[in-house]
Amino acid sequence: MIELQHLTKRYGGTTVVDNVSLTVEARSIAVIVGTSGSGKTTLMRMVNRLVEPTSGRVLIDGVDTATIAPFELRRRIGYAIQNHGLFPHRTVAQNIATVPALLGWDSGAIAARVNELLELFGLDPAAFAKRYPHELSGGQQQRVGVARALAAKPNLLLMDEPFGALDPIVRTKAQEDLKAIQRTLGTTIILVTHDMEEAISLGDRIAVMDGGRLLQYASPNEILVRPATAFVDDLIGTGDRPFRLLSLTPLAEAVEAGPAEGEPMPGDRSLRDALAELLWSKRAALPVAGADGAVIGRVTLDGLLKRAARPA
Amino acid sequence: MQQRIDKLGVVIALTLAGAAFLPLATYRANRIAGGEGKSIAEALPAWAAVALALVLVAAALVALIRSSTGLRLGTSLAGIAALALAVGFSAIYLTPEGDRYARVAPGSGFWLALFGLAIMAADAMVRLRLGPTARIAGVLLFFGALGLLLVSGVWDGLSILKEYSGRADVFWREAGTHMTLAVGSLAAAVAVGLPLGIAADRVDRLRAPVLNVLNIVQTIPSIALFGILIAPLGWLAANVPGAAAIGIRGIGIAPAFVALFLYSLLPMVANTVVGLRGVAREAVEAARGMGMTNAQRLFKVELPLAAPLILTGIRIVLVQNIGLATIAALIGGGGFGVFVFQGIGQTATDLILLGAVPTVLLAFAAAVVLDAVVELTAKGAP
Amino acid sequence: MKLGAPLLIRIVVFLLLVLFLTRPELFAPLLEPLTQNGAPAIYNQGDLLALTLSHLRTVAVATGAAAVVAVGFAILVTRPIGAEFLPLSRSIVNIGQTFPPVAVLALAVPAVGFGEKPTLIALFLYGLLPIFENTLTGLTRLPPAVVDAANGMGMTETQRLFRVELPLAFPVILEGVRLSTVIALATATIGSTVAAKGLGEVIIAGLLSNNLAFVVQGGVIVGVLAVLLSDAFSALGDAAARRTGRVVRAEAA
Repeated sequence: MIELQHLTKRYGGTTVVDNVSLTVEARSIAVIVGTSGSGKTTLMRMVNRLVEPTSGRVLIDGVDTATIAPFELRRRIGYAIQNHGLFPHRTVAQNIATVPALLGWDSGAIAARVNELLELFGLDPAAFAKRYPHELSGGQQQRVGVARALAAKPNLLLMDEPFGALDPIVRTKAQEDLKAIQRTLGTTIILVTHDMEEAISLGDRIAVMDGGRLLQYASPNEILVRPATAFVDDLIGTGDRPFRLLSLTPLAEAVEAGPAEGEPMPGDRSLRDALAELLWSKRAALPVAGADGAVIGRVTLDGLLKRAARPA
Repeated sequence: MQQRIDKLGVVIALTLAGAAFLPLATYRANRIAGGEGKSIAEALPAWAAVALALVLVAAALVALIRSSTGLRLGTSLAGIAALALAVGFSAIYLTPEGDRYARVAPGSGFWLALFGLAIMAADAMVRLRLGPTARIAGVLLFFGALGLLLVSGVWDGLSILKEYSGRADVFWREAGTHMTLAVGSLAAAVAVGLPLGIAADRVDRLRAPVLNVLNIVQTIPSIALFGILIAPLGWLAANVPGAAAIGIRGIGIAPAFVALFLYSLLPMVANTVVGLRGVAREAVEAARGMGMTNAQRLFKVELPLAAPLILTGIRIVLVQNIGLATIAALIGGGGFGVFVFQGIGQTATDLILLGAVPTVLLAFAAAVVLDAVVELTAKGAP
Repeated sequence: MKLGAPLLIRIVVFLLLVLFLTRPELFAPLLEPLTQNGAPAIYNQGDLLALTLSHLRTVAVATGAAAVVAVGFAILVTRPIGAEFLPLSRSIVNIGQTFPPVAVLALAVPAVGFGEKPTLIALFLYGLLPIFENTLTGLTRLPPAVVDAANGMGMTETQRLFRVELPLAFPVILEGVRLSTVIALATATIGSTVAAKGLGEVIIAGLLSNNLAFVVQGGVIVGVLAVLLSDAFSALGDAAARRTGRVVRAEAA
């Protein structure tokens, strides 16, 4: 569990982060979202003390981070950033091995860990381990960046706009991969982004920042349904709100009994996908398949429309 | 409290403190006798020694404590002025009445103190972020003050000026030769290098060979290039009618001039090429779209946009030529090198300084002024 | 300034240089047309190979020392402790570069006397500037994301310097060493006017005895050494830069 308590950062007369407190549950993803200059990155950088708070403190599992030497603290926390920050003079394998090497792991353990991570991220160790970062595509570089951040098995991973440099298609895939990996490893993630869509799709909880202040810290559903301020409302974009709401719920949770025509849709897709398919194919209902592929029921246009409306 | 101590100030204060223990001036009974160091207390009458010591202590204190940049600049300049006056007085004070052989030169303490104060002044000027016009004005003021000191006679007792007074005509003649070599070869390099650079930019097949040949010319050591040119120019003088009449000779100024010209070509051509290549495609396309002819495009769009880089080439060449022209003396080409190499031959430090100091000052002034000009043109370019 | 000659030509040139230095008499017929009145075509007042090695040693010692000191200083002023010196050191480099090498050499003579010493001092002082400037450029223009990542992963200051900053700046530093070496090779010839042992002796002997053959052979040996060494440094730097996928050199001087 990560607790930020009354964190404030001032540079000269300007307050960049203003008395922010929030708690991130273990094994969850917290997304800090805001425009540039909102203080979101500074807030995140205070967690691993790349920025020292002017006042306030950070507790990780109850331990005040101010009591740990910065470099030791950072070696225990994964760190992935926009433009990946890979060391251009080191191979992919050497990049991933950075923190384990700093921690003094023996070379066998490091090599095994590098292979394990490369496979986890879908990069064939034989083909990629010896390459240099500039020989990879943007998406591959980004994956190596995250693999490097996870190398020493940190319980906490900080990510600053990790997908910022990727094109939309690669980005969506990378976000899905991250969710899957987070579920497998159970790492706690604090992720900074300016993209509300990304925040809604990744976050268990979303912190909305503006002008150094924390405006709202709540689940995506809560943020969509009950935005705390007009600014949060703006950030969501009222035009997309119903669709974003639908995108939060998997089909399996909205299944009704009854017949439906056509190809079944897997139950782990979102309601938004189902709505799009229904509208496109001019149908009123479509069958939903369970994990084993067998039809477990249907979703209807009417049902989806009710779920897309503002809850009472 | 620690925040109030300036780190650079510590270095400057230590330099000044060290300088105070070294001789302000050296006294020699005659031109080639061994030197005898004279500390501040020995080299100056009591009142002047105390005054100089106070100025240096004040400068050290101002340097040490974090203070306003203006105060630091003022103090360091005042310190330099005090030092300059003091060393002049010391020469008059130390030289026995009527002794024409005694020589007094600035000592290591003077140079060290000057270095410390100059660093302090430079640091203050860097922090003030002076604009180009202010920097040119600064250079003019500096040379004005220097001229005033020289004319006033305060320094007349110093050995370097005694060396000068013995050969004033020669000095100005060699100064003229030096500038002719440096500036004349620059003019020739601009006249040839600019068109060559434009051609190398336009014709792809010309670019690499031209730049490669000029690169190789640069690696030939200057004295060798000067020497190698003696033969062909000698041949020209002997065999081409009229060549000798316009001053072409195997030794002397001609080979030096040609050698400097050859060294100048690379920076000129390379910077012209880079400058022209760097002109934004859109600007060229827009010019073409508006119906400019090739020549119009070159003179109205490309050259003006490439001007800062071309001027940088000129700056590199001029500073380099002012230094290299010293070598011309080795092949009878004249210039300040005459004093440098005579001085080396006679182990006469003062004579070396008489050649080296003007060279350094000229190169320095050329660099500052042309840097400022580059900045001014770069500002004008979009 | 990259000297684009194919490897084969460089090897041939190098072999010719070695042959010339070890068996100069083989080349006498080539140089004879440059002599007058039956003067010797090959330098006869000393061993060319020994002079060349002594020339190279002077350059290596001075440039090596300059590299250590310049890189050290550049590291110092890019650390938080030395940051106050950074703007000043930049302007000192700019001013220092306007000092003509000959002036530095001449001013060193009164301080330390004749011989190797003033040459070493002049080459050392003059060699500092390009290396310092390039190291500074290399260390201050690192990709910010890379430095941030190094900090974020828990490298200490020293680890970051040696594992990230210096390796990344290496090609640029090497370019500075290359420039210093080329300048030092040429400037060392002037050292012979203050009695340093080197190839300048050959050139000056030629100037004094009006023997063009001496001037040419001295000049050509230095020129060829400069081209070969410059090429070697460039190749080394390019190899290091290519590995990191970074471009180091601009075309301009």
